Amino acid sequence: MKMVVAYIRHEAFEPIRTELLDLGFPSLSISEVKGSGRQKGITERYRGAELTNYLRPKIKIECVVASGDVQTIVDTILKHARTGAVGDGKVFVQPVEEAYRVRTGEAGEEILQAHPDAATAA
Amino acid sequence: MRRSLTARALMFGTLAALLVPATASADIYSSGALPDSVGINSIWVVVAGCLVMFMQAGFAFLEIGFSRGKNAGTIVAKILVNFSIAAILYWAVGFAFAFGHGDGGNLVIGTHGFFLRDYGDPLKAFPIMGLSDATIESKFWFQFVFCAVSLAIVWGTTLERVKFGVYVIYAVVFSAIIYPIASGWVFGGGWLQVNVHMQDFAGSTAVHLIGATGALAALLHLGPRKGKYGPDGKPRAIPGHNMPLFGLGIFILWLGWFGFNPGSTLGALDGRFPEVVLTTNIAAAGGVLTAVATAYWKTKSIDIGMAGNGAIAALVAITAPSGYVVPWAALVIGMVAGVIVVFGVYAIDKKLDDPVGALSAHGLAGIWGTIACGIFTHPDLAAYNAVGDGGLIYTGSFNQLGRQALGVVIVFAFVFTLSYITFGIIKATYGMRVSEEEELAGLDISEHGMYGYPEQFIPAPELVGYGAAPQGTAAAAGAGPIATPTEVPAT
Repeated sequence: MKMVVAYIRHEAFEPIRTELLDLGFPSLSISEVKGSGRQKGITERYRGAELTNYLRPKIKIECVVASGDVQTIVDTILKHARTGAVGDGKVFVQPVEEAYRVRTGEAGEEILQAHPDAATAA
Repeated sequence: MRRSLTARALMFGTLAALLVPATASADIYSSGALPDSVGINSIWVVVAGCLVMFMQAGFAFLEIGFSRGKNAGTIVAKILVNFSIAAILYWAVGFAFAFGHGDGGNLVIGTHGFFLRDYGDPLKAFPIMGLSDATIESKFWFQFVFCAVSLAIVWGTTLERVKFGVYVIYAVVFSAIIYPIASGWVFGGGWLQVNVHMQDFAGSTAVHLIGATGALAALLHLGPRKGKYGPDGKPRAIPGHNMPLFGLGIFILWLGWFGFNPGSTLGALDGRFPEVVLTTNIAAAGGVLTAVATAYWKTKSIDIGMAGNGAIAALVAITAPSGYVVPWAALVIGMVAGVIVVFGVYAIDKKLDDPVGALSAHGLAGIWGTIACGIFTHPDLAAYNAVGDGGLIYTGSFNQLGRQALGVVIVFAFVFTLSYITFGIIKATYGMRVSEEEELAGLDISEHGMYGYPEQFIPAPELVGYGAAPQGTAAAAGAGPIATPTEVPAT
């Protein structure tokens, strides 16, 4: 089991979500985060005075999948999030020790299985 | 550099030549002793004009509410700049083009009263203004704020993606040429009013349809906001960020309409203005209720935006007939407008991205209101206003209806052609749209370098820590956390 954590541009999220749904991975979480990297800050001018804002908004995606599916998820994110410019973001893969489904109490990698019918069910 | 200096010198020279004699002209100074009737009528016209001026705030809040938070501040700058451009150009040439038709003169474009001076006898220079004896400055003020309303309507379709300079360039053309000529035909004593006998009391066509037509021309060149239409071509909702502000905008506009329609009597002493207040309010009430009901019937929800659109559509629709119809007819006109606007918004949204519904609320409702005169105009009021005849239901004649329809078609064609060409030229030279990155970032930061809501876009830690020494420095030196006066030690 692995957790894929990606920091991406806002506009990249919707194509990623759509394709992951089509591939059978409907389960993910996002947060709106702000962070700094090599991307430049934005300078705001307020009544003649300047204020540079170094923290830029990003979308953070978290997605836990079976180890065998990690590459699919990562490839999908890379495919849609890349514009080639500084500020496209980063993807991290972390190990996950346990997983439980709250509704049933089931545990283990089975609960992370891809759902091939997810797209049609939605 | 030399050329620009010469150009500047020329410009200032021309301006000075135009303005300096004005200080010597007696036109602008009243003798100081107005007859009571002139004073009373002028007060009403100026106060009504102030109510209409306040509608700028209504349009600002309506548009801000219906935009996303990243495009809120730009609307303030736009409305201030547009209003100011129109103020100067309408004074310079607009009012003369619209109303200065002269004694038995040119009914296509006025020629008297540029810079509101050297017009001689106002009754001869501005024949239609002879309706009342209010001073010419008060009437000018009232007509200028109409021009500003019409200009504000244009931009409803262009929110969240248009370059700021487009506002500036089109505002010049619109307030100097397009609006004065077209509105002058309809209610400035021009040929549509005098020869065709088209009825438009306060401007369903002359103000609202003209604005909405400009909005359509702009939209056709501009295209939809990014993300409005999915890959399958289906429209997606892009919800505005603040419905309470939108609501405030609606209430301000509704209030402003009590200047807009009743003020178009241009006087108080004949007692018509309170009657126009009544028709205006009855229509708006009808529009809210039918718009809410129609939207509920179609979507099973009580749509806040549609309630507001219904009010605006009904107010737009009653604008032309407000001085020609009796209250029951006003109610019918408003109720029909409330239905039209809902179906209009649903239909237009499928193909055209009109964020505030201006094409429906001002365009379709403006057409309906103008046509409604041909149906509901009371023969006595037509005679009283001395324009056209009674409507279909009183006279059984389609005469007036035909005149109204003809007027709508001519005004639409004229304004659309000029606007489409103007925006075409702007698009080819300056460009209409901001870049895709700027659209994503929002117009506030990309066009104005500041956010409308900074605290929402700049993380709090960065604002608080800005320019201060890092917290770690004090701690490393052995000092404890600094207690603030409000901090209470734990016991």
